Amino acid sequence: MTVLHTDSMTVLDTALELNPHVALRPEPFGALAYNYANRRLVFLKHPDMVKVANSLAHHDSLRATLEACDIAPERWNSFVTAFESLKSSEVVRER
Amino acid sequence: MSVESLVSQLKRGLDAPICLTWELTYACNLQCVHCLSSSGQRDPRELTTGEAKRFLDELRDLQVFYINIGGGEPMVRRDFFELLEYSISQGIGVKFSTNGAFIDADKARRLAAMDYLDIQISLDGTDAVTNDAVRGAGSYDMARRAMDNLAAAGFGPFKISVVVTRHNVDQLDEFKALADSYGAQLRVTRLRPSGRGADSWHDLHPTNAQQRQIYDWLMSHGENVLTGDSFFHLNALGDPLPGLNMCGAGRVVCLIDPIGDVYACPFVIHDEFKAGSVRDDGGFAKVWKQSPLLLELREPQSAGACSSCGSYDACQGGCMAAKFFTGLPLDGPDPECVVGHGEHILAEVNAALNPKPSMDHTKPVRVTLTSTRKLTVVS
Repeated sequence: MTVLHTDSMTVLDTALELNPHVALRPEPFGALAYNYANRRLVFLKHPDMVKVANSLAHHDSLRATLEACDIAPERWNSFVTAFESLKSSEVVRER
Repeated sequence: MSVESLVSQLKRGLDAPICLTWELTYACNLQCVHCLSSSGQRDPRELTTGEAKRFLDELRDLQVFYINIGGGEPMVRRDFFELLEYSISQGIGVKFSTNGAFIDADKARRLAAMDYLDIQISLDGTDAVTNDAVRGAGSYDMARRAMDNLAAAGFGPFKISVVVTRHNVDQLDEFKALADSYGAQLRVTRLRPSGRGADSWHDLHPTNAQQRQIYDWLMSHGENVLTGDSFFHLNALGDPLPGLNMCGAGRVVCLIDPIGDVYACPFVIHDEFKAGSVRDDGGFAKVWKQSPLLLELREPQSAGACSSCGSYDACQGGCMAAKFFTGLPLDGPDPECVVGHGEHILAEVNAALNPKPSMDHTKPVRVTLTSTRKLTVVS
């Protein structure tokens, strides 16, 4: 399994959910995420990102969500980076 | 996915526009010399309230997150607040552009009470002389009154929208200071030779030296100043400006005019760029997804005469509308090409043959009472 750097452990073991102000619109490349509260438009650049984002609320952590969505462990690093960024842009939040 | 491949995805078009502009009416209390839609008089074929709401239903179903409403002066429509409230209730946020004439203290309070609403007040000079020369007598005071009313009502950060011209380019710092004084956000956009702008462009567009000034100013202000991505032709001057650096026409943006016609972008109200009408069978969704014009715009575009220029990757050949209305070929340089390629071709164009806007809603010049009397005496 790919070794993840320490900072990543935080978001990987965090229970996340889509921000309630956010709507996702499917697009060929993935989805557009729009936060009605801060009016920011964010691109989810892979269909798997969308799948994971939509499943977050059903699992205890991002790690559990990635496992449930069958995301290969060697791809986890990129998901951790992406979800950290989605968290800071308020597309997802801790629950 | 890198930014590069995201842009190439976006160039192939989206399932629905990200940024849709809807001009609610051609009626306007002003007659700005650079009006993109040649507005003035109401068009009798304007969409009815019912049609407008059906159109909003369609946008809700397409998951269009927000729309930009403009005109004419959109607040002239008697159902303006009804449509605003309906749109927001359907989950479609609204940003509307206004000259501010109708934002009195009462309306400002009403607007301040609404969620998912942004307001953009147009101002083209930080003093009345500079502004009114373009937007008409009294328009500076009108806009400032609206800003004062919004601030007093606690609306929050509205936007001040500036079209950069040869005459206000030196005021960019002052515009920023004015926006800051209101806690507002500054938005600066490019002057286009569209609508009545076709006639005023030659006198108003920034000089090449001023374009460098705009680029440097935008670079130093970064993402704190909004531009609607409109200055990407300046990217040939150096590092790219913030934004996607692509023409969004028909790919991620489009325009709906007051009678429901769909155009590729807000700057090309001309038959050649009309994709259909929201009144057609299948409505807007069918136009967006199937119109041959829009499908063609989503194909890779030829660099044409620009292909031998080292700057093409940076500037993308500039703005389609700017080329079209100045009589330049679409697969060649922008008239304001910073390398100077546009200028040379422009000098050879017979301006009399340039395409004219398909519709003109400019108000006829009124005969004044005094001159009528004189005429009566003579007859």
